[in-house]
Amino acid sequence: MCGICGCGEGHIHSHDEQHDHEHPHDHHHGHDHQHGHHHHHEHGPEHAHAPGLTQARMVQIEQDILAKNNRFADENRCYFADRGMLALNLVSSPGSGKTTLLTETITRLKGELEIAVIEGDQQTARDADRIRATGVAAVQINTGKGCHLDAHRVGHALESLKLPNHSLLFIENVGNLVCPSAFDLGEAHKVVILSVTEGEDKPIKYPDMFHAADLMILNKTDLLPYLDFDVEQCIRYAKQVNPKIKVLSLSAKTGEGMESWLKWLKAELELQRIEYA
Amino acid sequence: MHEMSLCESVLQIIEHQAQTQHYRRVTAVWLEIGALSGVEPDAMRFSFEVVMQGSLAEAARLEIIELPGIAWCMPCGRQVPVQQLYDECPHCGSHQLQIVGGDQMRIKELEVE
Repeated sequence: MCGICGCGEGHIHSHDEQHDHEHPHDHHHGHDHQHGHHHHHEHGPEHAHAPGLTQARMVQIEQDILAKNNRFADENRCYFADRGMLALNLVSSPGSGKTTLLTETITRLKGELEIAVIEGDQQTARDADRIRATGVAAVQINTGKGCHLDAHRVGHALESLKLPNHSLLFIENVGNLVCPSAFDLGEAHKVVILSVTEGEDKPIKYPDMFHAADLMILNKTDLLPYLDFDVEQCIRYAKQVNPKIKVLSLSAKTGEGMESWLKWLKAELELQRIEYA
Repeated sequence: MHEMSLCESVLQIIEHQAQTQHYRRVTAVWLEIGALSGVEPDAMRFSFEVVMQGSLAEAARLEIIELPGIAWCMPCGRQVPVQQLYDECPHCGSHQLQIVGGDQMRIKELEVE
């Protein structure tokens, strides 16, 4: 129902079973139009030298710059909705503990729920390897010089993951508190992870991300005794930017506070199973 | 630096429109960039030049129309201007603000030949 990808991969998301999730890197290169200059050289000259005098005129466009990404995001969203899946877009600065939070979460939930992970990093498959070590499927997307995941690449990653209905899908975005905020991936929620070693003023220093997120996780709370981090002030800043944001404090390392996070995940997944008229 | 990929999206839209609107060269591009869109106009100008090189918009002039941030203050029940997402209502000091304008990034129009 939602094939709008113009990348020539013939990848219209089949809504039945998909096979083989063992080749994570293959299909991410080549067709993504990320390298602005490559393909223009081919047809540059014929456009550049218009013969004779041509009349300048105005063309109304009135299009959202992110319209294409948003179409792919809608396609992903419809893929998730069809399957009653919960997709979460995890965003943070590098080193906030996203991958550790994920491996600890998966270890606790994998007996109960179907879980898969899409990992975004500029380089290496280290994070996907860490996730696979927990026993769940993971696809690594290397963004190269890109600073964020986009909905098109996530759509392709979905093809190579075997995702049963009612799965929980974590999309771990590139560590970056700025750029990923603008790119809808089709997720149900953006979850921003902030570790207490980063300073309580991050929500007002990087307001776009905290504005876009529905849930903030304050991670590494086991380190609070050694730091000057003001938890209350941090939450005040976050609510200043986004009055609706919910906050959970936890330590993925010691397990303190993990119970509420697991409850939140299960409740949100349950909500995805509701079939609205 | 997501301004770079935004400019790549702008170029894709321009190239796509060239087929239906029948133009061969773009001489100016008008973008509407909201103050709360997370886009830095200067970074956009820099990226625009780089990304448009060798394309049908290579020599195009970039005009950025900056739009102010506007929020709806729930306690006041009216629209108020905001410069940042964490601003408070200038009248009542509340943070119960809903952004209603200034978060857009759009291609408005082109001058073409």
